[in-house]
Amino acid sequence: MNSFVLADCSTVQAALSQLKDGAVVKAGGVDLLDRMKNGTDSPKRLVNIRNIKELRGIQATANGMSIGPLTTLGEVADDPAIREQYTVLADACGHAATPHIRNMATIGGNLLQELQCWYFRSPDFQCLRKGKEICFAFSGLNQYHAIMDYGGCPSVAPSSAAVALLALDGSVELMSAAKGKRTVAIRDFYVRPDANPQKFNVMTDDELLTAIHIPRPAAGTRSAYQKYGEKESHDWAIADAGIVLEMDGNTCRRAVVAMGAASPVVRRSREAEAALTGKPITQETARAAGQASMTGAMPLSMNAYKVQLFPVAVYRTILLAAGQMDRDPYAAG
Amino acid sequence: MATHIPHSVPDAALSGAADAANATKTVKMPVGIPGHTLREEERTVPASEPPVLPINSELEYIGKPVERWDGRLKVSGSARYTADVQLPGMLYAKFVNATAPHARVVSIDTSAAESHPGVKGVHIIESVLGTAVLRDPSLEKTKYPVVRYAGQPVAAVAATSPQAAEEAADKVKVKYEPLPFVVDIDLARGPNAPLVFPGAADEAGTAGGGGSEAGLPQTGNVHGPEVKKQGDAEQGFRDADVVVDARYTTQVQTHSALETHGVVADWKPDLLTVYASTQGTASVREELAGYFHLPMSKVRVITEFMGGGFGAKFGAGNPGVVAAALSRKIGAPVRLMLDREEEHLSVGNRPSSDQRLRIGAKKDGTITAIQLIAYGTAGCGTGAGCAGPAHNLYKWASLHTEENDVFINAGPAAAFRAPGHPQGAFALEQSIDELAVRLDIEPIDLRDRIDENPVRRVEREVVRNSALWKSRNPKPGADAGPIKRGVGLSQSVWYRFVRMESAAEVRVHKDGSIEVLSAVQDIGSGIKTVLAQIVAEQFGVPPAKISIKIGDTNYPVGPNSGGSVTTLSITPAVRDAAWQAAQKLLASIAPALHTTPGDLTLSGGMVRSASGKFQPIPFRSAAAKMNTDQVAAQAKRVPDYEPKKYDTYGGVDVAEVAVDTETGRIHVKRVLSVHDCGRPMNPAQVTSQINGGVIQGISYTLFEHRLLDPNYGLMVNANLDKYKIAGAYEIPEMEVILTEAYLGQSSTDASGIGEAAGIISIGAAIGNAVYNATGVRIRQLPMTPAVVLAALNQPQPMVEAL
Repeated sequence: MNSFVLADCSTVQAALSQLKDGAVVKAGGVDLLDRMKNGTDSPKRLVNIRNIKELRGIQATANGMSIGPLTTLGEVADDPAIREQYTVLADACGHAATPHIRNMATIGGNLLQELQCWYFRSPDFQCLRKGKEICFAFSGLNQYHAIMDYGGCPSVAPSSAAVALLALDGSVELMSAAKGKRTVAIRDFYVRPDANPQKFNVMTDDELLTAIHIPRPAAGTRSAYQKYGEKESHDWAIADAGIVLEMDGNTCRRAVVAMGAASPVVRRSREAEAALTGKPITQETARAAGQASMTGAMPLSMNAYKVQLFPVAVYRTILLAAGQMDRDPYAAG
Repeated sequence: MATHIPHSVPDAALSGAADAANATKTVKMPVGIPGHTLREEERTVPASEPPVLPINSELEYIGKPVERWDGRLKVSGSARYTADVQLPGMLYAKFVNATAPHARVVSIDTSAAESHPGVKGVHIIESVLGTAVLRDPSLEKTKYPVVRYAGQPVAAVAATSPQAAEEAADKVKVKYEPLPFVVDIDLARGPNAPLVFPGAADEAGTAGGGGSEAGLPQTGNVHGPEVKKQGDAEQGFRDADVVVDARYTTQVQTHSALETHGVVADWKPDLLTVYASTQGTASVREELAGYFHLPMSKVRVITEFMGGGFGAKFGAGNPGVVAAALSRKIGAPVRLMLDREEEHLSVGNRPSSDQRLRIGAKKDGTITAIQLIAYGTAGCGTGAGCAGPAHNLYKWASLHTEENDVFINAGPAAAFRAPGHPQGAFALEQSIDELAVRLDIEPIDLRDRIDENPVRRVEREVVRNSALWKSRNPKPGADAGPIKRGVGLSQSVWYRFVRMESAAEVRVHKDGSIEVLSAVQDIGSGIKTVLAQIVAEQFGVPPAKISIKIGDTNYPVGPNSGGSVTTLSITPAVRDAAWQAAQKLLASIAPALHTTPGDLTLSGGMVRSASGKFQPIPFRSAAAKMNTDQVAAQAKRVPDYEPKKYDTYGGVDVAEVAVDTETGRIHVKRVLSVHDCGRPMNPAQVTSQINGGVIQGISYTLFEHRLLDPNYGLMVNANLDKYKIAGAYEIPEMEVILTEAYLGQSSTDASGIGEAAGIISIGAAIGNAVYNATGVRIRQLPMTPAVVLAALNQPQPMVEAL
């Protein structure tokens, strides 16, 4: 790890004034310190925002909920209102990583963590995402990589919380000293690798993530998230699903099917959603939606199994959201 | 509770000491399994041996689940491991590691590193330890060692802080001339594969096993075969009614001990002191003395606490030699601890295997032939042989095995808990299960017919009567629904190895305190506690009162801990020393107590007079009557009383799995382990070792996999995040049932458990359980969802019973 200057800030204004000269923000530090230790990141200046009290906590707003980005994954998962009204988010935060990490990692940091591709994480491989020409995964080891929408980089979206927030039509509030505040929907927040391989999200270097907003759910909304790993303890998703169902009695008025581990940017499956909309939720419709979720899948040399796995994650999580199936005892987390 | 060991011998026996060396006596010893086959057998033993130890139920401390002697130190963080050693003026060293999988080093420029602030010295490595070496070194005349794997240490830097060392290591400029490389075993076997070595190369095993026979043929990268033939296998297959023929593949697993490899070396003019994370203080001393041409007496190795080795921590290795060289050069102590990436890359792993196994049998199960043709890669080392289980588990009429090492450009293997056996048993025990299906014989019944080991017979009976086995539906794939439950079993075998270089001293002080000294190290399995139990039993005082001083070559020589040798090698020496020290104590205090030594016994913390000459007096008060400040005795391991008899251990493991046929995930729900290790010295610690072996075995079977990028030859998961190891949710409900099996072999009659503990058999037990659950056999490790789904997607040929 390189030597660096640590700017310890206790207010948003102080932090914003420090965001210059290649400074990197440190919240929980879980992902950042990993990157610094393995040499993939070596910032000269860290801006520690961990102690900015106003950025931590969960509040009801006129339109829904506002979550401070420094709220830990554990706090989000344990919040009674989140658990009741936004189950998909509580599930996603509550099954990320390990209990220890969930106690340190912030939801803001989780949304901003970088790709988990082992080539990207290795200082020995200078890849497309690091400004070079080549992706090593296509002809190399790609069993955990993307199966759709990957363009030139098949690394998968690493954040479970982002899957849930996409499903909930969430948005993030960004602030900079020069430009003030702006709000960006989660669906517009992440940058596809074919649009700009070196940019992971739309934030600029002088911006700080200051809030996460989620709208109040429509009446009759039920939701759930599940992820599958090779292991149940501490593993990255090989398939996952964030489901929001707006029900009119037995009929699904509106469905959202979101996935993370299928593509470089969290995505919704319009095909899967169409398979549910206007229909009752049953084994059959749920399975049909699962199959539909793989429309357009183009697996790589080693990950065809994910095309088989995702429909299962999707259908089981639809049934979980609908209250027709228990949480999968062998799902991860 | 009174202990039943006689604490003295007739005074007459102490006379005539001159003849004692060769004198023998005949004793009757308990042999067999209590409740089953327990009997007395005669043994002729040296006359100096202590009285025969009765079975565990008649003892006070031995055979009891005594609390770990150092448990509190460990859980409170007070135990000092190698990385905790802090010496005045100590420097921190960091390796410079090769970034290419195969290359010649053209030049090494250390100037920038040497002028980096805080740097005190740089060392360029002259010879790399731990790999195979060319039979004919003249085939490769280079200034620096040829790089044969990415991560191979090239040089090292020592500085005043770990940060400075790391920064300076990055400034060492190594110029490489890349050479063609191969990291895939199938490609490496091909005719035009890049050669890892320009000629034949060999690697000797360590105290923990591994390595290969010297002088085997080598063709390209294929080192071998090592051929073993007994009987006529081709005739055996012709005689067979059924032949089970299958291919199995297993992956490379890294040891991933919690504590990485490392040392603190302190080179002083009169003595080289090395604190090492090692399984063999003796092996570290021997290697350092040899490398630096020092007398053994000028090298001291200390291992106070050890955070796991599993076979990879014998000898000084590259870290030990480099730290010592830097310490000599600079004149200051040097700490060199590897980081996790280096741990994965350069200090050992379990070789892969690719096995073609054929078993021929008669209708009644009689095995007419076993043939195993095995390839495996130990990287740029050797030791991929895996024929042990095929040779030693069952009786066969003929046997033909061929074991081959395939060199690739990857870090060398090292001995790893039961070398070769988890791989071999994964194949053998699934094929035996398949044979049972083909012959329509219950798996336990088939093993009763073909397994001659009397202890495993009793263990199978325990399994047969267990609720878990009775819950098994013999019809494969019977469960409705996507998640299917299955139960399977597998057996294991390991061997009795005795290390004669095992000695100890026991001292009794006038204040009543007692200490044990031996160079033997505790690799985490709990030998300190066992030694305390033995001495406690002898003196009739609680084990916690005994001072255990081990893991230091200043003390009498101890065995290297590998191959399940520690307990059975060192405990007889300790018991003999304790017994002799007790005799000296009694002789010393008897006059003051107005009696003879033969009238005195030690139990319940008291010294007692057999004839009632005095009321029992506390041990401490009695010791104060010694006519000297200290009595002491040293003893060395006496050879096994009846070598070659009862020379294997084993066990039967049963796994219950839930296979999710839609996701391909396997969840191990329950494991029942019925195992033997002679006399269990401390059942809690034995159980703990079996629990550990089962968990490590599940981890090997389902998750762990060293992944090398095929295009660049670099490991992509050299961390504990993407190198996946079983965590809390992966640990099943575990039950361990110990089979006490007395062998009549030594003054403690202890045996070992480290290798036989689950790791050998769990892979096939899970494989057989998956078959029972689904009707599909998984013959490839690790059994990831990708592998399981691929197998389930295959059309399944109907298995037809005869």
